[in-house]
Amino acid sequence: MSGDVLINSLFVFMLAGFVGFQVIKRVSPLLHTPLMSLTNALDAIAVVGAILLAGRHESKLAFWLGMVAIVAATSNIVGGFLITDRMLKMFKSSKPQKP
Amino acid sequence: MILPANFLIEIVYLIATALFVFSLMWLSAPTTARRGVLAGEIGMALAIGGTLFERGIIDYQWVAVALVLGAIIGVPLGMVHMTAVPQRTALSHAFGACCVTLVGTAEYYLHRSSVPKFTMSVLSLEVILGGLTFTGSLMAAGKLQELKFIPQRPVTYKGQNLVNLAMLAVAVGIAVTLVLNPAHTTLFLVMVGISLLFGIMLIIPIGGADMPTVISLLNSYAGLSAAAMGFVLNSKLLIVAGALDGSSGLILSVIMSKAMNRSFSNVLFGAFGQVQAAAPGAVEAKTVRSATAEEAAGILAAANKVVIVPGYGMAVAQAQHKVRELFDALTKRGVDVRFGIHPVAGRMPGHMNVLLAEADIPYDRLLEMDDINSDLPQTDVALIIGANDVTNPAARTDTSSPIYGMPILDVDKARTVMVIKRSMNPGFAGIDNPLYYLDKTLMLFGDAKGFVGDIVRELTGGAHH
Repeated sequence: MSGDVLINSLFVFMLAGFVGFQVIKRVSPLLHTPLMSLTNALDAIAVVGAILLAGRHESKLAFWLGMVAIVAATSNIVGGFLITDRMLKMFKSSKPQKP
Repeated sequence: MILPANFLIEIVYLIATALFVFSLMWLSAPTTARRGVLAGEIGMALAIGGTLFERGIIDYQWVAVALVLGAIIGVPLGMVHMTAVPQRTALSHAFGACCVTLVGTAEYYLHRSSVPKFTMSVLSLEVILGGLTFTGSLMAAGKLQELKFIPQRPVTYKGQNLVNLAMLAVAVGIAVTLVLNPAHTTLFLVMVGISLLFGIMLIIPIGGADMPTVISLLNSYAGLSAAAMGFVLNSKLLIVAGALDGSSGLILSVIMSKAMNRSFSNVLFGAFGQVQAAAPGAVEAKTVRSATAEEAAGILAAANKVVIVPGYGMAVAQAQHKVRELFDALTKRGVDVRFGIHPVAGRMPGHMNVLLAEADIPYDRLLEMDDINSDLPQTDVALIIGANDVTNPAARTDTSSPIYGMPILDVDKARTVMVIKRSMNPGFAGIDNPLYYLDKTLMLFGDAKGFVGDIVRELTGGAHH
């Protein structure tokens, strides 16, 4: 990894961290459980790394580790989005919905 | 103009990243939250689609098999009962960390002869955080699921923090050695092994009441390990997703530790369960007043304002649907019923809100601690269902109490306090609650679900079941 790439990555990490703090601070405590299951599903974007490993098949070990990693991450993606939506569907207001 | 394929793929990743940020932005309020889920799903689909066009992928069938298998496992994990959400969440932290650790290990084996110094250091960070999150989350999920072979009570021993810190120090020492000489394959495996063991050691001293903090912290670790993986793979998409998840977990951990009056460093170093050793005070013969369901129903029906305080006991007794019936019966009589939710009520952040929403209680009736506390002095009845420490006035006044300083729901300021409780046994933390001995307090002894059901029956004239 060259110095430029490292600095770029650090900038991205720092800015994303700030954005994360600002955005997540505004999430109502009412929704902290769905917040956790949603960020968990988003975090499973790690599946892209696993797909590259298994798909490129550079070694037997890398292939199999990648395969297991895809299964683990995909179950998080599917399960995470599914349960987040199920939970959010349950939150209803007693006031009539605005048109 | 024809753009090169890898440029297009990067554009797709850029759009996916933006959608992830929108996803969390829209989650801030219940009215837009489901749009946030949709944005996340589209972003995820784009990212996976884009990845499949990356150069060098040859094994499409196998990747497809793994994706389908993961989806098949994911569906039941997305359909669990709402009371099982805390353990499901812990399990998904474990799966995420498992993915990150495996990818990190594979990357190491592919490039071990020539890993640049910086890459090796983030790779080490990735597998250490991933490894300890994997086993730690499995342990947490096991405790929450109350598996028989995992001790439920906190396991503590002398020098526990020292042992844990020593293990972490060894792992970091190995990481430094690997940065200097990446070819030490055995050392790499030892480092992974230590981080796996460390995860277990970190969770064994944890009791149930500390779970909200621990789950948040594991959430944060899972995110940071994914961000580290983004550095290794030079994927900005992964860095952003990991940073978002990491900061989310961190914010929740801070909120939870504040709500339990723990310093954040206390939480970070895993000194969780130890504050719970309550000094056994002199056993005084204190008297309590108890009441029947009929008497409780009479007081509730005569009230103008009622605040219900739910706790983990309500979840255990699966009483949320009966609580909904009580809410309906009282609302029909013109009583103003609201719920006071302590940040650490239950076993994960927001646990009570989800259970009450599941029971169809409108979310505008669910109030946070700070909002409801100012109203409690004007409240006629505070009804406590399965909560204990979060209502303990000793946290305000008794400097010798283990929970002194913890912010609580000021239910003792309401005109009448009713507590549904199985018996006078102290709660999980073993701390006596002076609230129970106040003159204005009525103890309603019984199972939460059964007792609330009895009150409802009294209120609706016996015709209801």
